Amino acid sequence: MITKVRSHITQNELLLFEQSSPGKKGYQLPDLDVPAVDPSTALGAANVRAEIEGFPEVSEVEIIRHFTRLSTWNYAIDLGLYPLGSCTMKYNPRVNELVARLDGLAWAHPYQPESLAQGAMEIMAHLESALAEITGMDAVTLQPAAGAHGELTGILLIRALLEKRGNPRKKVLIPDSAHGTNPATAAIAGYAVENIRSNQRGTVDLAQLERIVDQDVAALMVTNPNTLGVFEENIKSIAEVLHKKGALLYMDGANMNALVGIAQPGAFGVDVMHLNLHKTFSTPHGGGGPGGGPVAVKKAFEPFLPLPRLKRVRSKWTFDYQLPRSIGRVRAFYGNFGVIVRALAYILAHGGNGLRNATVDAVLNANYLRRKLEPHYDLPFQAPNMHEVVFSDDRQAKYGVRTGDIAKRLIDYGFHPYTVSFPLIVRGALMIEPTETEAKRELDLFAEAMAAIAHEAETDPELVRSAPHSTRTSRVDEVTAARRPVLKWKPESPTVKAAD
Amino acid sequence: MKYPENLRYTKEHEWVRVEGDLGVVGITDHAQHELGDIVYVDLPKIGSIVDQGKSLGSVESVKAVSDVYSPVSGEVIEVNEILGQAPEKLNQDPHGAAWLVKIRLNAPDQLKTLLSAADYQAYVGAES
Repeated sequence: MITKVRSHITQNELLLFEQSSPGKKGYQLPDLDVPAVDPSTALGAANVRAEIEGFPEVSEVEIIRHFTRLSTWNYAIDLGLYPLGSCTMKYNPRVNELVARLDGLAWAHPYQPESLAQGAMEIMAHLESALAEITGMDAVTLQPAAGAHGELTGILLIRALLEKRGNPRKKVLIPDSAHGTNPATAAIAGYAVENIRSNQRGTVDLAQLERIVDQDVAALMVTNPNTLGVFEENIKSIAEVLHKKGALLYMDGANMNALVGIAQPGAFGVDVMHLNLHKTFSTPHGGGGPGGGPVAVKKAFEPFLPLPRLKRVRSKWTFDYQLPRSIGRVRAFYGNFGVIVRALAYILAHGGNGLRNATVDAVLNANYLRRKLEPHYDLPFQAPNMHEVVFSDDRQAKYGVRTGDIAKRLIDYGFHPYTVSFPLIVRGALMIEPTETEAKRELDLFAEAMAAIAHEAETDPELVRSAPHSTRTSRVDEVTAARRPVLKWKPESPTVKAAD
Repeated sequence: MKYPENLRYTKEHEWVRVEGDLGVVGITDHAQHELGDIVYVDLPKIGSIVDQGKSLGSVESVKAVSDVYSPVSGEVIEVNEILGQAPEKLNQDPHGAAWLVKIRLNAPDQLKTLLSAADYQAYVGAES
């Protein structure tokens, strides 16, 4: 019995260009109180732009309705569960926004003299030490602008330390379950990438690792828990194998939201790691907008951290640029400050116990969904899962229904699709991460919808293959869109329109 | 699924066909089927040197981007320009018109390390 079916607004919406009427305005300027000057006389005709042809002209209410109507076609975290999870969208408590909008923080300027920026600098110092405590590492830089930027900073730090030891080495090892950014990072930092295969449990094979690690290996980049949501239970031994050969352990902290308050990477042998503030510390997602990818390191890496470093001199904060071994700047100014403020607000609002509870709830929610969905979907890796669970479409594929079809059908049940086709080591993957914020009621609705789709796949596969049915448009031709993208749209000329 | 007898195969799902001192390289029917609709093909420059087992380019489908590993070592002397305009050819004729590159073999002995059609078919059967 399905209880959640959301209706979509199904009317079509004209483009602004198509709604335009010449001469219409959404603004009003006061009359000139000085004599008018012809711009081409004042600036030279070459510097004056001609009228833009076909530029849309609409009234205020038309433009407001246009964008408001478009927004109703969207699915939003404020409407319901996003099973894509922390990678893409999770609920961020409103208190973060309240704090970030305080006048003194919202209007802070990077060129403000240090004497007038003491509060902002203290916020950064507080966040650095909170992240160091959470990760069990010795020092933190807040500069990297996002996760992948943090990875690059981290691997450059590893290169710097190895160079100081006399040999930067040649290779970085990366498990086949890794995020695609890991090999990209290693390559940009000048390392060759060597892929290592996951074992039957979906984790790093210790015996294989022992065979591979030699004097050429600079580091292993490991995500823990990995992209299957499985904790690398041999992580301490993995670190030992690497360290014995002088190689280092880099941890991609993308899934740190499964560990906060429970386990510290610094305590299980990690040398350098990054955090994604939007995944673990509830800063905004999406829009490609400002991110935060702080890097946490062990003591030995501290001299190499990016410039400038925050430093306390007597009772004042100052920026220290006198660090000769630093890898240099990785970003203008000091990182995305607004994001730093939100992350600290989240950490302080929760406190230690609250953060731990968020972790426990994230893991509980994923395991609850695993139990609910295991009767209906194939679970390729049986290892205990943490904050996310990865199924495959193996059972549904027999009826010609693949993960992409199930995801599209989920839209008809009023949910955003889960992550399809990742991680790549699972054929026909359905990756589901509910996150810590979802209540049992919402999880039950989602599980019901997924169970109903599994049933439809057996009894009426065409219904699933041709979904979604309740949206404004059904499936778009994503193949042609990718093969032959049309990147420009031009308004039709009025004569063509009249002829139509 | 087709497994032509005149090709040699890799476990990474590439094939090579020997024409004199050249190896014509492509991806297998099984590979295109697993990838789904292919939308973009990235090939090496003519004259570049490729090594057996190392990436020579990549193939992008709606689902994912996959590296193509060279089954043999040598110099790239020709790349299949058609695929730039019509990547869908890889879905239609992976063993024929949609070959990827022609390589002047510099170590023909490597061919012995590759799988026969029967072995490759058995390998694919066991994997899936």
